[in-house]
Amino acid sequence: MSTATTSLSATAISGCGDAPVLRERGQREVFCGLTGIIWLHRKIQDAFFLVVGSRTCAHLIQSAAGVMIFAEPRFATAIIDERDLAGIADCNDELDRVVDQLLARRPEIRLLFLVGSCPSEVIKLDLSRAAERLSATHMPQVRVLNYSGSGIETTFTQGEDACLASLVPILPREAPGASPNLLVVGALAEVVEDQLRRLLEGLGIEGVQFMPPRSALALPAVGPNTRYLLAQPFLADTARALEARGATRLPAPFPLGAEGTTAWLQAAANAWGVSPERFDAVTQAPLDRARRALARHREELAGKSVFFFPDSQLEIPLARFLAREMDMRLVEVGTPYLHRQHLAEELALLPAGTALSEGQDVDRQLDRARTAHPDIVVCGLGLANPLEAEGISTKWSIELLFTPIQGYDQAADLAELFARPLNRRLRLKV
Amino acid sequence: MQLTLWTYEGPPHVGAMRIATAMEGVHYVLHAPQGDTYADLLFTMIERRSKRPPVTYTTFQARDLGGDTAELFKNAVRDAYARFQPQALLVGASCTAELIQDDPGGLARALNLPVPVVALELPSYQKKENWGAAETFYQVVRAFAGSSVPPPGTPRPERPAGARPRCNVLGPAALGFRHRDDVVEITRLLVQLGIDVNVVAPLGATPADIARLGDAEFNVVLYPEIAGQAAAWLARSFGQKATKSVPIGIGATRDFINEVAALAGVDPSAVLAGSPSRLPWYSRSVDSNYLTGKRVFVFGDATHAVAAARVAREEMGFTVVGLGTYSREFAREVREAAKLYDVEPLISDDYLEIEARIAAAQPELVLGTQMERHIAKRLGIACAVISAPVHVQDFPARYSPVMGFEGANVLFDAWIHPLMMGLEEHLIGMFRGDFEFHDDAAPSHLGHAAQARPEPRPEPEPVAAAAGSLVWAPEAEKEVGKIPFFVRGKARRNTEKFALAQGLATITVDTLYDAKAHYGR
Ligand code: SF4
Ligand code: SF4
Repeated sequence: MSTATTSLSATAISGCGDAPVLRERGQREVFCGLTGIIWLHRKIQDAFFLVVGSRTCAHLIQSAAGVMIFAEPRFATAIIDERDLAGIADCNDELDRVVDQLLARRPEIRLLFLVGSCPSEVIKLDLSRAAERLSATHMPQVRVLNYSGSGIETTFTQGEDACLASLVPILPREAPGASPNLLVVGALAEVVEDQLRRLLEGLGIEGVQFMPPRSALALPAVGPNTRYLLAQPFLADTARALEARGATRLPAPFPLGAEGTTAWLQAAANAWGVSPERFDAVTQAPLDRARRALARHREELAGKSVFFFPDSQLEIPLARFLAREMDMRLVEVGTPYLHRQHLAEELALLPAGTALSEGQDVDRQLDRARTAHPDIVVCGLGLANPLEAEGISTKWSIELLFTPIQGYDQAADLAELFARPLNRRLRLKV
Repeated sequence: MQLTLWTYEGPPHVGAMRIATAMEGVHYVLHAPQGDTYADLLFTMIERRSKRPPVTYTTFQARDLGGDTAELFKNAVRDAYARFQPQALLVGASCTAELIQDDPGGLARALNLPVPVVALELPSYQKKENWGAAETFYQVVRAFAGSSVPPPGTPRPERPAGARPRCNVLGPAALGFRHRDDVVEITRLLVQLGIDVNVVAPLGATPADIARLGDAEFNVVLYPEIAGQAAAWLARSFGQKATKSVPIGIGATRDFINEVAALAGVDPSAVLAGSPSRLPWYSRSVDSNYLTGKRVFVFGDATHAVAAARVAREEMGFTVVGLGTYSREFAREVREAAKLYDVEPLISDDYLEIEARIAAAQPELVLGTQMERHIAKRLGIACAVISAPVHVQDFPARYSPVMGFEGANVLFDAWIHPLMMGLEEHLIGMFRGDFEFHDDAAPSHLGHAAQARPEPRPEPEPVAAAAGSLVWAPEAEKEVGKIPFFVRGKARRNTEKFALAQGLATITVDTLYDAKAHYGR
């Protein structure tokens, strides 16, 4: 499984000189795309996520969500059972029944996602046809879409990508002859959205739209005059779908850290021809504030080494932030997938010679981490405590999806997520 | 297809992981996609284990499906053996791999590794976690103890003169509710009785330990959900009797001591006379008077639920108003027990149904799993956790068994803590206008954070909704609002029932007090 499929390719990365990318194909210790439901169902408040899968899928979501915070969440699983598999029950009829049951219970739902899983894909249950059929039945009350969050097709944050990509075809068409408009793509905390909107409006970019929207009834319009900025690095399919609708991506680093946020805003400013004076006038104060707040954490983090296990696809932008703004040393930056176009600006900013890895063979990677003994490892929930027990501080990558970390005023919060485990280790005398 | 919000049990391969993780020297290779690796966090985060579970996942992807997933599986087994050098391998499939039918057992055996391979067939679309744990433990016991089974009809060898009786302790597993501490408590009790523990399994047992199970005279089955099937096989194969009583609570612990003593042929009187638990006195002390007749709803795995119901009634003086389990395999035991309390048994793993039943029963205390903790929170009812599934806070740092005499102390503390203290309850009744003793105040010893009003809760459907005509006069509505929240639902319900029975259309303040006099307490 491991040795045969590990390869070193000498593909050159701009900022990293000739740093090779270690490609591995062994055991991947990463959640599947269903995990995205945990944050997406809070984001789109009138949407419901119905996983069509197994007890494993239901158990994954509830375990990854940690505590059951919500007495009645806006997600559920239609658990396939042996009657469905044996053909005693028709899967499509069963699904229709479950959806009826669900919608009767939750009349406030406007958008229903049927989320495919490994079992539904292996038995070739066609959820796109099911979605069409159910839409026909339940429209205009409820629109039904589908996407795959299966572990055989998607890794962790790719579930959000698949979800957003499924939304693109139903986005309204922008008015003919519309003036250029900006769409920010990727789920962000509301506080972050509001901050970014204020900054963009300050630059004179009006009517900024966000995707996913907070309500299924407030879908952003899209068309040839749409310029979009990705707020998250894992949205390859969504980007492709937006481009098919005529939208144009504004290449930029991601809005993590003071530098990343500035560069991200700059990409919009350039597209809108904002003068450097105006850009500075809008960004200087929050930039200074962010830098001041970051300075405190840099004292704690500078010179410390960090090792990223592949998980959220946020690894490369985070590594760039930690290396350039916190002066940390990058031991290895693992990512489940390396999307070269979307990460081109990020890769260019990485220190030369950064060790990148793509894919995973978890046991071999653990060996490397133990040998390197970094000050902090960024990894998934399954690995964190065992590494802590071996004396290595960790940061759970899933927390980076649940915490507002983008933008100027969250830059220090982001740094703090890494500083806290180190600080804790210093405090503890037990 | 079944619509599921929350599940009480994971899939059966998670049960297998609980056995593999509990044991030493085994490694489990699971044919599964990457997302299934989430199960590691159950052990490393929820149970706070410091090691990864001994599990390798093949993490096949869609692109492998057209190709050779069987080869992928074989490589994973080979690599796992080379890296971890286990004394035995468990192999099996998760739900997705079950569909692609690669035959993990056959593939692993074909590798001719120098260690035994136990092939687990756990039908994911049919069975659940506890069944998977029981089946895995049974297969492991058969695989490793099978070769020492004597020919049928062989009598058990006599215990050598002067030797102490020996038993096995079966059932404790990873991720179990207080298993770690129960084992310590029960082992201590057995030693006091003069009985040696031959093997504890699966927790801490190696394949070699399992091979020695037959050396014991009898088996102590702490958790029938996990060890029942293996114990039945051991009974057939080695003629080992198994204990039936589960020592949760004073009464059950005494029953257990008597049962074990009879199996071992020892005298229990000294240990029984010692009975070092504070529960009996604490329950009899005057301060506990206010516990009398508190309505409790009990839900959990069958063993813990049945045991908790008995403790609730006989040792705390509560009234059991509901009893149920999510484990259909043990529905019979729960139905039997429910007869004792004259309640309708609830056999369900449908979270919404359980919530509705709890709301309708209007208990003052819920004894349940982490699911019921959330239900209780939503309904504004006190709750204590008595059974898996549990969350990280139910793996306390301190020693806190629920079995044996110390376990009874733990139960008393854990169940009483969420309730109002006796005098406090009266004070709230008397001074309900007081800004601090207000209606929705939480027990004062739970601190201010807990005083946040409970989340808006759906008022249980008034009985009248069915009749449609019953109305509350404004003054009666105001009056019922003065009743402390923890009994208000009951008062409202009883009044409506009373009014309906009397054929009244309007509930007045008098109806309220007439109903109070009618039902009393
Ligand atoms: S790689 Fe090119 S086509 Fe694909 S999403 Fe990115 S910009 Fe669009
Ligand atoms: S990996 Fe597949 S089977 Fe496992 S939880 Fe994810 S979608 Fe379900």
